[in-house]
Amino acid sequence: MIEVKGLVKTYGPKRAVDGVSFTVRKGDILGFLGPNGAGKSTTMKMITGFLRPDGGTARVDGIDVAADPVAVKKKLGYLPENAPVYPEMTVQEFLEFIADVRGYRGTAAAERIDRAVTMTHLEKVRRQTLETLSKGYKQRVGFAQALLHDPAGLVLDEPTDGLDPNQKNEVRALITRMAPEKAIILSTHILEEVEAICNRVIIISQGKVVADETPAQLQARKPGARLDEIFRTLTQSDL
Amino acid sequence: MSQVAPLFKREFYGYFRSPVAYVVLVVFLIASVGVAFFLGAFFDAGLASLERYFFYFPFLYLFLIPATGMRLWSEERRAGTVELLFTLPVTTLEAVLGKFLAGWAFLAVAVLLSFPMAITIGYLGRPDWGVVFSSYLGAILMAGGYLSVCSLTSALTKNQVISFVISFLLCLVILLLGWSVFSHALNDAFPTWLSDVVANFSFKTHFDPFLKGIIDLKDVVFFLSLMGFTLFLNVVALER
Repeated sequence: MIEVKGLVKTYGPKRAVDGVSFTVRKGDILGFLGPNGAGKSTTMKMITGFLRPDGGTARVDGIDVAADPVAVKKKLGYLPENAPVYPEMTVQEFLEFIADVRGYRGTAAAERIDRAVTMTHLEKVRRQTLETLSKGYKQRVGFAQALLHDPAGLVLDEPTDGLDPNQKNEVRALITRMAPEKAIILSTHILEEVEAICNRVIIISQGKVVADETPAQLQARKPGARLDEIFRTLTQSDL
Repeated sequence: MSQVAPLFKREFYGYFRSPVAYVVLVVFLIASVGVAFFLGAFFDAGLASLERYFFYFPFLYLFLIPATGMRLWSEERRAGTVELLFTLPVTTLEAVLGKFLAGWAFLAVAVLLSFPMAITIGYLGRPDWGVVFSSYLGAILMAGGYLSVCSLTSALTKNQVISFVISFLLCLVILLLGWSVFSHALNDAFPTWLSDVVANFSFKTHFDPFLKGIIDLKDVVFFLSLMGFTLFLNVVALER
């Protein structure tokens, strides 16, 4: 579903992403781990077509992002880091805009919006402007926006960042519920989250993939040790 | 091009969702009428014409349009929504056009809201409505020219203040190229044809004929090609 091969992105003298390759199939929840600045967000931005790679390819459903970005963007739902939204719009207006851009009109749009609002529990704040919402609600609006067109692939950049424990649980439950139908990539730096919901882990350090396996295999690298210990060993070069 | 409409709608209503729109509208209307009365002796002249009203537009636009245009891209970049926008299925050209046309439509509303001035001269005298029409057309076309410059500079920075200042300066330069004081000075030092060529790139040179009731194709083409050129650069700036 999502196929990444040798992605490279350079900022000035620094190689932010240095030959990252992996594949995500339908039903996968891929946990993208790494210290801050390791290249997680940059990789995701290249997959979703926001940044142009300096080398390598990212394909979604066989379509190269560089060749046909709009077709890829139709197939993906993306929750950017910090879930940016237009502050002066209400939740309803914002989702109407997204539905409009995604090509839904009239009742089809209304149904899509209702469904997204129900899934992310936004009923209570539908008429509120986005600038008045708490971080947790904003994050959910970002989710609703990414889910609206029921995409085959979801790219979530730190979906639980800044949420309280209850909200985190809820987001995780939502992701797990959708998983069988979709290919999901989520970045995080919370290791327990990976254990809880991901069936694959990729650890990235200084722009390179240093581990690509199941959480169980990761654990098996050092039986009995805590995950963050293993994480630290793998990403030592970043310290 | 199907995606221009949703982006246009969001941006256009966006002006009215924030107080910016109302501040800009009120200030522009007060300033334009005030300037026409106090500097232009609009009333004392005793003419049933809007020429003295529109005469100051190229100067008023220097403030009005950077204030409207500075947020076009700077705000998206500052708030991070640019990432959302460009991961939706839209091309850069569609996004640039949608936003630009929304801003232009907003400015057209601002200009057309001066209609009580037209009604006043129609009540007090017998104006030439053809000239009034061409003046409005020229004012709206020129607004598009200014705005396209501001849209470009706004795409270059995430800071709205910088965006405003650079837009102001760029528009000022393009305006002054056609100012008589400047072209006389140029005339003293260079051959006439050169100062004519330079003056040809000014907003004012191409706006003045509209105030006389002349809709010349070359003036219309000037504004449209200025918009086309700067919006093309705008797309390039965003894709880099």
